[in-house]
Amino acid sequence: MQMSHPSDPNPARPGLSRFLPPMPLFLLQPILKRVVARVARENPSLFNRLGPHKTARFVIDPLGLPFGLLLIPNPEALTFRAFNRRDEPASDARIGGKFLDLLGLMDGGADGDALFFSRDLDVSGNTEAVVCLRNALDDVEGSIAESVAGMFGPPGRAALAGLRRLAAKKGDPA
Amino acid sequence: MKRPELVCPAGTPAALRTAVEAGADAVYCGFQNATNARNFPGLNFTPEEMQASVAHAHDHGTKVLLAVNTFPTAGRFNLWREAVDMGARFGVDAFIVADIGVADYVKRTYPDIRLHLSVQAAASSPEAIRYYAREFGVKRVVLPRILTVPEIKQLAREIPCEIETFIFGNHGLMVEGRCSLTNYVTGLSTNMDGVCSPAADVHYDKQADGSVTTRLADFTIDSFAPDEQAGYPTICKGRYNAPNRPDAYYAFEEPISLNLSGLLPALIEAGVDAFKIEGRQRSRAYVKSAVSAFRKAVDSILAGQEPELADLIALTEGQKQTEGAFKTKKWR
Ligand code: SF4
Repeated sequence: MQMSHPSDPNPARPGLSRFLPPMPLFLLQPILKRVVARVARENPSLFNRLGPHKTARFVIDPLGLPFGLLLIPNPEALTFRAFNRRDEPASDARIGGKFLDLLGLMDGGADGDALFFSRDLDVSGNTEAVVCLRNALDDVEGSIAESVAGMFGPPGRAALAGLRRLAAKKGDPA
Repeated sequence: MKRPELVCPAGTPAALRTAVEAGADAVYCGFQNATNARNFPGLNFTPEEMQASVAHAHDHGTKVLLAVNTFPTAGRFNLWREAVDMGARFGVDAFIVADIGVADYVKRTYPDIRLHLSVQAAASSPEAIRYYAREFGVKRVVLPRILTVPEIKQLAREIPCEIETFIFGNHGLMVEGRCSLTNYVTGLSTNMDGVCSPAADVHYDKQADGSVTTRLADFTIDSFAPDEQAGYPTICKGRYNAPNRPDAYYAFEEPISLNLSGLLPALIEAGVDAFKIEGRQRSRAYVKSAVSAFRKAVDSILAGQEPELADLIALTEGQKQTEGAFKTKKWR
């Protein structure tokens, strides 16, 4: 199933994006590529849990960030790239939530059902694909966020610690 | 005071390790097929994962209870037999079964491995439970969530096996093991295919006003206003329009979770041998919070202290909790 999503007419959202300069996406793409390649290399069993949904196109919408992310977890042609909110690509499933909540999900620190119950997580499109992705990521031991942060040495780890502090604070702006 | 076993959910090997670390006495889990009642996409264990996970649990002194708790249909029994055979080979500590054919196979083939009667068997009378104990050597019954604490106490005196009760998690009971609502709508059965509300049939449609409509196949189950708490997309938790009702209402159950943290001392006193936390479909984060909270609570009670009960409301469905029928038959 392919479904397109109308692009956001107003990309200036409240939250983290208020504090961030416009994102030069071309700088981000190689980093995202490295990140997903590393996660895939370290966790090959992740793809088994995805079953037939390896080729699904997931749009991840971190509310409050000036860009969205497209993930195609196909081990033959891994794709993880940022897109400008005005050019949202077609997708099979769409997952939206505060950036820090999404980080918590990757981190094994947040519960997807609880976020869904509290309406902090929005899911649309192919629900089975989303459930598979969620279960696959949840089975990744340790913290994906930490291993990604580790790729960028001490500055990466400091940035993650900062984000986590922000997430722990009440009144999270993201 | 008898020390109740804390039985914890594991939907993935990572969740199993989390439960072990958080203090589970036993974990329950299943294979990636229709032989267990949480046959959700991307969840559960391959044979290799099961073998490694049983070894990991045993290394840490935690038991593994294998859920083989669905009802086989004609021509498919091999799948259940294979699940039992693999479980026995990997050294699981007990099988949780609902079907008498599966129970009989375990009893005849692996008489030394414990048999637990799944909640899916819906055995609640002393006569029914004694029958399972006598015919199949069932060592423990997981009680359906329809009995009050005094009823459980009375039951404990009349049966020759251990009692396990749910203490936390999903509260979709109907007549457990008999619910055919999902089957009616999707063609797949909770009891025979192991999946209630298959994700492939679940659709969330966000409306322009920010509300979300939940559908299972062609049936609208609920519609949540922008700031309203949501529930699982199961028919039993749906909100429906009905004649003579001015507004849509929860016809069967409400989106709400069971939380018996306040009844733990009474349950121990009633003779309950094991406490079960529901949620194999939930995340590691859920497993960690729920298992740690109940580990602490049970340990405090056993030490004669007032249990400190962590606030688990954030993990509950609809962010609402109930003591259900354990407290009163009129819980709704
Ligand atoms: S519809 Fe509700 S009661 Fe029936 S199987 Fe599903 S969760 Fe259980």
